Amino acid sequence: MKYLDPRIEEMPRTEIEALQFKLLKTLVYRLYSFSDFYRSRMKEHNVHPDDIRSLDDIVKLPFMYKKDLRDNYPDGMFIGGQEDLVRYHVSSGTTGKPTVVGYTHRDLENWAISVARGLTSIGLGRRDVLQVSYGYGLFTGGLGLHYGAERMGATVVPASVGNTERQIELIQDLRVTAIACTPSYMLHLSEVAEKMGVSFERDTRLRTAVLGAEPWSEKMRARIEGSTGIKAYDIYGTSELSGPLFTECSEQNGIHIWGDLAYVEVIDPETGERLGPGEKGELVITMLQKEALPMMRYRIGDITSFEDSVCGCGRSHVRISRIQGRVDDMLIIRGINVFPSQIEHALMSVPELGEHFQIVVDRKGALDTMLVRVELKSAQLFSDKLDDLIRLKNKVAHQLRNNLNVAVDVELVSPETLTRFEGKAKRVIDRRVL
Amino acid sequence: MTYTITQISIFAENRPGRLAAIAEALESENINILAFSIAEASGFGVIRALVDDPERAFKKLSSLGYVVSTTEVIGIKMHDRPGGLREISRMLGDAGINIEYAYAYTGRPNAVLIIRVDHVDEAINAILSKGGQLIQRTELA
Repeated sequence: MKYLDPRIEEMPRTEIEALQFKLLKTLVYRLYSFSDFYRSRMKEHNVHPDDIRSLDDIVKLPFMYKKDLRDNYPDGMFIGGQEDLVRYHVSSGTTGKPTVVGYTHRDLENWAISVARGLTSIGLGRRDVLQVSYGYGLFTGGLGLHYGAERMGATVVPASVGNTERQIELIQDLRVTAIACTPSYMLHLSEVAEKMGVSFERDTRLRTAVLGAEPWSEKMRARIEGSTGIKAYDIYGTSELSGPLFTECSEQNGIHIWGDLAYVEVIDPETGERLGPGEKGELVITMLQKEALPMMRYRIGDITSFEDSVCGCGRSHVRISRIQGRVDDMLIIRGINVFPSQIEHALMSVPELGEHFQIVVDRKGALDTMLVRVELKSAQLFSDKLDDLIRLKNKVAHQLRNNLNVAVDVELVSPETLTRFEGKAKRVIDRRVL
Repeated sequence: MTYTITQISIFAENRPGRLAAIAEALESENINILAFSIAEASGFGVIRALVDDPERAFKKLSSLGYVVSTTEVIGIKMHDRPGGLREISRMLGDAGINIEYAYAYTGRPNAVLIIRVDHVDEAINAILSKGGQLIQRTELA
């Protein structure tokens, strides 16, 4: 099957744009009528839904930011009541407060359709067995791929994360043909498989990997494909938009953003001006059909560029390039978003610690590691017992683990030993080579 | 008579040059180190030392930003010959004294075993009542 929905996927660009305009109008009226947040934000910007007379008029609308979600925690930006929701997902936030995303039945349906179209576009279908090795739970990765693959008719192995040897046995025993996981986990899997004497090419039917939730590169793709014989495809999304949503197609030449679900802009992060095709800037997405938690001109913070020519696969929708970085200091560790401000927040709750810390991110084998070096507070009561220091170190690690949902190594250091910075502190050392 | 001795303890991460910096700080104050030990955990350690002027050492190191504390320990005189440690440690064992940590030096005027225990006064009484000899605070200054 080439397309999941040929009518939409091959729709001429002018028709897509007409549809987008119609959906945008509806969205803006709906937000203005039912959302206190969006109405007041629009009023601040002197814009009324009647001002939106063409698709290009979208530039008149205000941006929204991750901060808005945080300020309205947990559900201040939702439209409708809890009775309309069928699910929550929760992702870690920037200062300890998480981001909560609610879904109506239709939101889940559109999410699954988006993923199903993407999986179809890379050549998967009913004859495939897809192992979902993203985390299941509050994180959107596992369930997002799960329902998308089921929607397409593939057979899902909901393996979730961890227990790598067992995962490799499942790949063999259940004749798994495709896997969805983070690129670093894919590398880890192939290393473990090699140790077990399993060759994916010789001993399994695994030929496709759908990789995302953390930054990776063409170099890494070449490495994965070269060492495993598996074709690797990029998938993109964030929890605020629903979760993993959009993938590359078999052409491996940009991620298709389904125009009936999302409107793409790339802007200059400094001026907010719109950029043209091929120009690198900050991605802004408007979710055209999202019900429970609408997203209008949402500045995700990811850096990319867009391409609006028709793809070699025949699909007419706008494509974005692989994500090339962040406009802020967000780190992605084993698929989890981590902001240095969250780390600071967690450390400051421990009275024995000073204000200075350093984050060292590295990749050991295929897995991301994060080390937090933190100074002890000077002139404090310190017991002289190693046990107490070890307990303190464990307490800090536990605190960070709870706040970030990622395991962290902790190193306690003496006061005044970490480098001081004049102006903006450079607290992150990222040694990963992607 | 005061049988407890004030030990200084300094937190230090495992990094080349840390000990030298601490020793240098003490040297600059003309403080003599009589005994010291390093206890090591993963990535960091605690340097413990007996010095001739613990109060000044504490002040100096604190002013330099080190995490320092003082702890009362006991110094038990040992015979500097085979069996010296056995005599003392047997005595402690018989008295039911649990040693949290210990280190030793040989030299003036005796070999000395320095121990940190939970109940300092009980330990002192037990050792003295068994005929053990303890270093007095004044002997170090």
